[in-house]
Amino acid sequence: MIEPRELPYLQETPFTADHCLKCNICTQACPVVPVTDLFPGPKTVGPQAQRFRDPDLPSPDQSVDYCSGCGICTLVCPHGVRVMEINTQAKAKLAEAKGFSLRNWILGHNAWWGVLGTPFAPLLNWAFRFKPFRWLAEKTLGISARAAFPTWAGYTFRSWWRKREKKRAQPAEDARPVVVYYHGCSTNSYEPRIGKLAVQILEHNGFRVIVPPQACCGLPLQSNGMFAEARRFARKNTSALADYARRGIPIVGTAGSCIMALKGDYEHILGLHDDDTRALAGGIYDISEFLWGLHQQGKLKTDFRPVSAFPPELRALIGDSIVPYHAPCQLKAHGMGRPALDLLDLIPELRVVEMDADCCGIAGTYGYKAEKRQIAEDVGAPLFRRIREIGARLAVCDTETCRWHIAQMSGARVVHPVELLASAYGITADERAMI
Amino acid sequence: MQAETTLNCDVLVIGGGATGAGVLFDLAQRGLRVILAEQNDVATGTSGRYHGLLHSGGRYAVRDPESARECIEENWIVRRIAPHTIEDTGGWFAAFPPDDPAYIPLWLEGCKAVGIPTEPVPLAQALREEPHLNPQAYAIYRVPDAACDSFELIHSLVEAAAALGGVTLTYHRVCAIEKHGGKVIGALLQNRRTGGYVRVHAHAIVNAAGPWAGEVAKLAGADIHMTHDRGVMVAMNVRWVNTIINRLATPDDGDILVPVGTVCVIGTTSVVVERPDDLDIPAREITQMLDAGEVMIPNFRKARALRAWAGVRPLYDPPQKRAGEAEGGVGEDGRFITRSFRALSHADVGAAGMLSIVGGKLTTYRQMAEKISDEVCAYLGVSAPCRTAQTPLPKPTWLGNGGRKLHALTHRLHQLEHAPTHNNLICECEIITRDQLETAIRASGEGVSLDDLRRDLRLGMGPCQAGFCGYRAAGVLGETAHLPPADSIAALATFIEERFRGNRPLLWGHQLRQALLDELIYRRALGVPTPQPEAHAAD
Repeated sequence: MIEPRELPYLQETPFTADHCLKCNICTQACPVVPVTDLFPGPKTVGPQAQRFRDPDLPSPDQSVDYCSGCGICTLVCPHGVRVMEINTQAKAKLAEAKGFSLRNWILGHNAWWGVLGTPFAPLLNWAFRFKPFRWLAEKTLGISARAAFPTWAGYTFRSWWRKREKKRAQPAEDARPVVVYYHGCSTNSYEPRIGKLAVQILEHNGFRVIVPPQACCGLPLQSNGMFAEARRFARKNTSALADYARRGIPIVGTAGSCIMALKGDYEHILGLHDDDTRALAGGIYDISEFLWGLHQQGKLKTDFRPVSAFPPELRALIGDSIVPYHAPCQLKAHGMGRPALDLLDLIPELRVVEMDADCCGIAGTYGYKAEKRQIAEDVGAPLFRRIREIGARLAVCDTETCRWHIAQMSGARVVHPVELLASAYGITADERAMI
Repeated sequence: MQAETTLNCDVLVIGGGATGAGVLFDLAQRGLRVILAEQNDVATGTSGRYHGLLHSGGRYAVRDPESARECIEENWIVRRIAPHTIEDTGGWFAAFPPDDPAYIPLWLEGCKAVGIPTEPVPLAQALREEPHLNPQAYAIYRVPDAACDSFELIHSLVEAAAALGGVTLTYHRVCAIEKHGGKVIGALLQNRRTGGYVRVHAHAIVNAAGPWAGEVAKLAGADIHMTHDRGVMVAMNVRWVNTIINRLATPDDGDILVPVGTVCVIGTTSVVVERPDDLDIPAREITQMLDAGEVMIPNFRKARALRAWAGVRPLYDPPQKRAGEAEGGVGEDGRFITRSFRALSHADVGAAGMLSIVGGKLTTYRQMAEKISDEVCAYLGVSAPCRTAQTPLPKPTWLGNGGRKLHALTHRLHQLEHAPTHNNLICECEIITRDQLETAIRASGEGVSLDDLRRDLRLGMGPCQAGFCGYRAAGVLGETAHLPPADSIAALATFIEERFRGNRPLLWGHQLRQALLDELIYRRALGVPTPQPEAHAAD
């Protein structure tokens, strides 16, 4: 018997609270609960509090703001309660009621700062490492002086891409299958090398890569309760990219959290239920997921060099050690397993081991907030300790703020999986070179 | 029979529902010494088993204008005197495709005649306010319905009366009514907890025993024919609506949906039963309720039903009927009997000074109390006027301080946020802290049961139905009331059995999973025994 499709309301995020059996599995799994008394736990602020929230009134429980949004609760709930999504919506209501916060506005708009800061990269990079400036930023804005900030590359991935396209002769007939690359803000402004490597890896595997206009995924705005703006970004992306998805052209990205925003948050947190949103959600892939999918179809090139043939700098970092891999929470939320780990296993002599850690603690912009900084450090402490104990000087992680945070706290250099893959393929990208 | 204790008062009130508590407060305020005797805890009968609707009267506007008028008059008054028990959700009367459009003009006329304000709500606006409403609704009118927490209301009345010297004896059953020289002179009560007897000397007795009014009257030798009209209600786990929805049609089964506290309640059926404590919940009636909900809210059946319960409406079925009143036979629909109330004197059977108040609704409790109190005062020669319509009621003490404002859904969340620590949360579903529980235990005195605390605080009334709070609360009860461990376990066993009872008619889907988890916790992990069922009062 085919059940008639339920009306959306039973599936709407707030009403998934209806499934909660109070079993506490989410509270048990929450990485924030064990390190602070300020957060009563995902069950308490999620499905439990939800029954007491009046849709027309702000939620009176400020404590929900201590939810880091890592999403482990949603992942572990055996009954389908979207706990993190409920919390994120409640946080947004709270932010709306509290009014404007300059700090959260700044953290939410990193899409702008990345691009606007590019021409001033040397100055900004110096300022963000200048302790009195950071101290001032903490005292006046509440942005933690201890948090790791990225460095501006001085050029953007998009400008590199445009120049490269101009320079290269376009073949009249290109029969290669097409993929769309979704780079995200961080790759664009801070880590263009990841984009450069990703493009080349995809091309190495026989794809024609295109980089159509696209917007910030909106996740930082969403996490900071600015839903209206986050939706504007979301709509830009869905209208720019949904058509590719409909035509069966895969959209591939290197920023695990951003990809998850497009895959699920637009619908379940921002409440966008239109066809474009659904089409895009069904057609976008994390790069490791995409490449591992190719491998499963026997289509991935496996001409990988062993570690001993890696560039000397990287070889020295790896040494004799195993390479710790941390799967970020928002990558786990994809529900796709650990494709990066599977891919890296294909590289001869490379021993990548997943660290048995829940969360590194940073959770996007959460660990940049002064009042939450200690929580962010304490949550990730077991992970950092393990990396130090192993003595690893190189670790792997798929999302940017997690990489920066783990690097700062563990002392290891933390790279994106594509950086190792590229080395194995013999692909290089000069850090500073525009071309 | 030797009474252990003797108490003196002017008036003995029998029955601790809204009406009895209302009479207690009314008479205490008029300066009389009043004692209220209740066989269980307060609000355990019909008053504690209703759907939570403070009627605008719209439901009775066509067929029972007298009751409709009483409702709207009292609605305004209760909002004024007990705002902390009211959530002003507002109510709609909505007509859906199966409903007869010819009813609408009759209804509007009826509302106008008794002074119920109605305001049409355009469908587009209605769907904005209540997105889950069946979009096929073809006529919607707004009326001043509200949600009312009867537990809080009755506790407020009892506390207000206590401040004026009114005494409430819970778990005291009336065994005999004593008469002398054609008048009542008092009653003999038995304390059901200790088994001891209490003799109460009183100049007058008010029988406000609701569905038990017939039994109480019999003790005085009077015969009043009550019709026991049982209604089944189902609480859904979340508030699918935030406005009360009534079907704009001749009153029928399952045509009211009331958002009350954290749940919404669909009610009710109407079946005449023999006994005042026939609280059976036939599966057929549950299905009826859910099907009816489906008309107002599509997919209602698929949502999680939390708990079902039954209440017995004490309808008065007078020997001489007024025009249009119907006979209520067992098994029949009791909806044709008026919801209005009557005050009856029993002087004709040599029980002058004994008055029964019968019929009515929770919404009209104050008017019923006023009317019977007027008659009591006339009998006693007291001329003090009724002031209950002007006197605001105090909040029950364990609700904590705070401004006198209408109750809001977010209230408990707000309280928890400002509680000293999070880990003192005992009942997670209904947000009850250890402090609140201990305060309520101390305020309730000796012999308080977990079920009493449930009514005081909503303990164990949320989605897990005491699965996680029952054992914690039993521990706190044992500690605070210095109970021997065996008594705490017995209290727990009784409590969870009562919770399981309301769950049994709903064992499918989510609630089945929950019930299984709860059963594993109590029966397997904790080994809590199944309690012996208490012998039936009438047996």
